Amino acid sequence: MAKDSLRDEEKLVVIGGSAGSLPVIMFILQHLKPTLRIPVVVVLHRKSDSDSSLSTLMAHRAKLVVKEADDKDPIIPGMIYLAPPDYHLLVERDKHFSLDDSEKINYSRPSIDVTFESAAEAYGKGTVGILLSGANADGVDGLQVIQEHGGIIAVQDPSSAQVPYMPQAAVNQLKVERILGIQDIPGFIDSL
Amino acid sequence: MDNAIGEQEMALLLSDLLELYGYDFTDYAKASLKRRLNRLFTLDRFPSFAELRYQVRNDAEYARRCVEQITVNVTEMFRDPAFYHALRTEVLPVLATYPFIRIWHAGCSTGEEVYSMAILLKEANLLHKSLLYATDINTQVLQKAATGIFPLSQMKQYSENYIASGGKEDFSSYYTASYNSAKFDEELSRRMVFSTHNLVSESSFNQFQLIMCRNVLIYFEKELQGRVFALFDESLEKLGYLAVGSKETIKFSPIANRYRQESKEKIWRKIH
Ligand SMILES: C[S@@+](CC[C@H](N)C(=O)[O-])C[C@H]1O[C@@H](n2cnc3c(N)ncnc32)[C@H](O)[C@@H]1O
Repeated sequence: MAKDSLRDEEKLVVIGGSAGSLPVIMFILQHLKPTLRIPVVVVLHRKSDSDSSLSTLMAHRAKLVVKEADDKDPIIPGMIYLAPPDYHLLVERDKHFSLDDSEKINYSRPSIDVTFESAAEAYGKGTVGILLSGANADGVDGLQVIQEHGGIIAVQDPSSAQVPYMPQAAVNQLKVERILGIQDIPGFIDSL
Repeated sequence: MDNAIGEQEMALLLSDLLELYGYDFTDYAKASLKRRLNRLFTLDRFPSFAELRYQVRNDAEYARRCVEQITVNVTEMFRDPAFYHALRTEVLPVLATYPFIRIWHAGCSTGEEVYSMAILLKEANLLHKSLLYATDINTQVLQKAATGIFPLSQMKQYSENYIASGGKEDFSSYYTASYNSAKFDEELSRRMVFSTHNLVSESSFNQFQLIMCRNVLIYFEKELQGRVFALFDESLEKLGYLAVGSKETIKFSPIANRYRQESKEKIWRKIH
């Protein structure tokens, strides 16, 4: 038991999505088991002027606690964190978040690459990156870094995506181990 | 894709900057700092880490460029309009009761925040009795700030922010447009003092009724944030205001118990 929880603490799920990914995120949150002992970080491209209502919306659906990440928040297993609008969300090696308002990457802030890459450096092979529907290639480089660090990478099956460009770019450029239908993503996370 | 600068390389560069030039970045948040260093490495096309390090160690000019490039200077006028609205309606009416108003913008970057504040003060008819101290670690951005010249292409966005913050004037009446730039009235900059100041290593230099330090603390590790809060506490008069960025907080810091958040925005008041 103690050994298990120690092992779980070393894992981190990072999910990135852009155009067409919101319903998928909502589905995932709704179906994750409340007993999940791994932290989940969600990076969504959204309009910079959007307020914090997205995390409220997500909290309504999820059985786990959802929080928009604040600067220096510790990363706690079983929590769902959402990247705040207009900042990059970085994962520090001693397992907390920090924020950064540097230039947009891939026209995006938050950028999925930034979170994925820093997550890979902090959690190494415990990192699990999942890339969903989107119209831009943000997140593909990040998945590659996760893979280079021994982590697991997965994408939403492009044929199930409202906008297949983003997961398709990952499939074209990388060796993606898991190409998942929407229905299968929550189970995949629960089984980690 | 592999980064040239990892943890070890970063540690070497940081100790060079500290030992040779007195710039202490060792307590900055590492994930962001490492990205900035790798960005510089790519930008300046170094063939190897050793060459970047050599340049930093042997060329003071380049070391300064390094400092300027690893700090993030992104900013805008009336950033987070709701915050500026709170300054207008909650803070300025209190500051108005003082015979003289001193404000410190710590980490002011290229000055957009300072000009925004000057506009608020002017509209509240307080600018004539105010002084805005604007400081940053980066001399280059301060030089820009002092000119009061910003890209004309930004003015549409800034004007929208201004209106959302409760501004009622014609925003373009504050600047003169020429070619691609907008030069803000000297009436605004006349009340500003620009100076380098390093929050990590320098001490308090005056007493203020309002300190703004927005989107600077996110780059610091928690312990350094605490030290900088202590510096602000030392520099703030009783009942003065301390304002931070929309994702930063005074809560959980060593000075938290002497401050009260009276606003929905990230503005705290020193109550003890
Ligand atoms: C992202 S900008 C924030 C500008 C403005 N306050 C805003 O919120 O839009 C951060 C600024 O903090 C400055 N800075 C970083 N480290 C500093 C230090 N140790 N002392 C003073 N300024 C620092 C940077 O040079 C940069 O101009």
